[in-house]
Amino acid sequence: MRLLTREALLSFRRAPLLSALSITTIAFSLFTIGLFGLVAINLRQALRGIEERVEIVAFVLRGTPAETITLATQDIAAFPEVQDVSFVSEEQALARARSELVEFRDAYRDIKANPLPASIEVRMKEGFRESASVGRVAERIRGFGFVDDVRYGRDWVQRLDQLRNVTGLVGLVIGLAFAGVAVVIIGVTIRLTILQRAREISIMRLVGATNWFIRGPFLLEGALKGLLGGFLSLALCYAGYLLFRDTTGGPFAGLIFFRPEHMLVILVFGVFLGLGGSLVSVGRHLRNV
Amino acid sequence: MIRFSHVYKSYPNGALALKDISFRVGKGEFIFLTGHSGAGKSTIMKLLFAEQQPTSGEVRVSGYNVSALRVDEVPKLRRRLGIVFQDFRLLEDRTAAENIAFALEVIGARRDTIAARVTRVLTQVGLSAKSRAYPRELSGGEQQRVAIARALVNDPAILVADEPTGNLDERATRGVVQLLRDINTGGTVVVMATHDLDIVRQTPYRTIELREGSVVYDTAVDETEETEAS
Repeated sequence: MRLLTREALLSFRRAPLLSALSITTIAFSLFTIGLFGLVAINLRQALRGIEERVEIVAFVLRGTPAETITLATQDIAAFPEVQDVSFVSEEQALARARSELVEFRDAYRDIKANPLPASIEVRMKEGFRESASVGRVAERIRGFGFVDDVRYGRDWVQRLDQLRNVTGLVGLVIGLAFAGVAVVIIGVTIRLTILQRAREISIMRLVGATNWFIRGPFLLEGALKGLLGGFLSLALCYAGYLLFRDTTGGPFAGLIFFRPEHMLVILVFGVFLGLGGSLVSVGRHLRNV
Repeated sequence: MIRFSHVYKSYPNGALALKDISFRVGKGEFIFLTGHSGAGKSTIMKLLFAEQQPTSGEVRVSGYNVSALRVDEVPKLRRRLGIVFQDFRLLEDRTAAENIAFALEVIGARRDTIAARVTRVLTQVGLSAKSRAYPRELSGGEQQRVAIARALVNDPAILVADEPTGNLDERATRGVVQLLRDINTGGTVVVMATHDLDIVRQTPYRTIELREGSVVYDTAVDETEETEAS
């Protein structure tokens, strides 16, 4: 074990520039993924507030008996996706319009007959606020005979979804591209170390060292570089977070950083990148030594 | 200890390196493999330590069937062998003692036993005074002795030496051959490939001569046949 660690660490001294390069590439790969990840989790945090307001409004035909509406409301409340249902009568609708739409207060005051229909307002449970679920529930409500029309912010909901998905995807694509480069660079570094140590490796083989004993230091070297790259990327992400964090209450006031489990995922991913690069290289070049 | 049965070896380019090679080496034997370059000596050596596998036929070495050896068994076989080459294969950045210790470290030998074992083999090859010398500070003969010490340190059943005197002057050659004879006296089987016929003539050991991949002469062939018949 001591020999393994010594051999693994030795390569950092033998090729410091290349080692630094591979660590930096891993760091940048994870930084990109991490940065977009940060944007995504902050976006989600912000969207959660908006999403809570996502609701479906079903306009009720005039003259629908109150019992029918009560029964239907109970039905809808029992849908697994639905958080709560409330009935807004024609009078309540008018009162709300008068208080909320200040600009039209005069117009509403003067009208004799109430033009506003009664409605059922449905709020969705968390986790069902994306467009597919909202659309599904809206369609079922449309099925009630007394329902004149169903409205929900279809475009709005879809756009929120898209924004979140696109952010995640862009981060992932750029990050993976960097990860590919990182794997190649680590592979090259390990290959150079293997060539540098070709004589040593051939002797190890002749005297009966096992394959895993020979591979061990290279794999450890890769994993170590991945871990260091992971730490560096977290530091970079934190620097970015500090840069944008706004303590004065501006638009970025509520910015959040990764939770410990997110950071662990990034570090583990770094280790896997490093291991992957060295495994590919060891598999390809060790046989020829 | 070693048995070749109808061994053929051809390379991907179609060249036939060995044709129907059969011989046995018993306990305590010392044998020479001779022949010109390209006669097949090195191929036989590589089959002995499972660097290559035969195309057909069977090679058995110290209880292992090289023809059907799994990858994870190769190190086990090699730990029962000592291997010496013409070019010594020492690590230039390590002293004589460190070169020998390296062979023990990489097979996971207990650390507290390493120093004593290194001292023992260095004494055996007559280099205890030069344990701290680097390979560049040693003569060719001395470097080969270090390589032999490294091959011996794991107490091998068989010592495989591929042209061990190829880079040495006459005097150093005599010394190395004498050392190999001493090792053989201790019970270790020695297989030495050489194209130096003087050595072969001066020593009384069994000789297998190869030409174009076939055995053309084996001093012990009659004896072997007798053993097989009985």
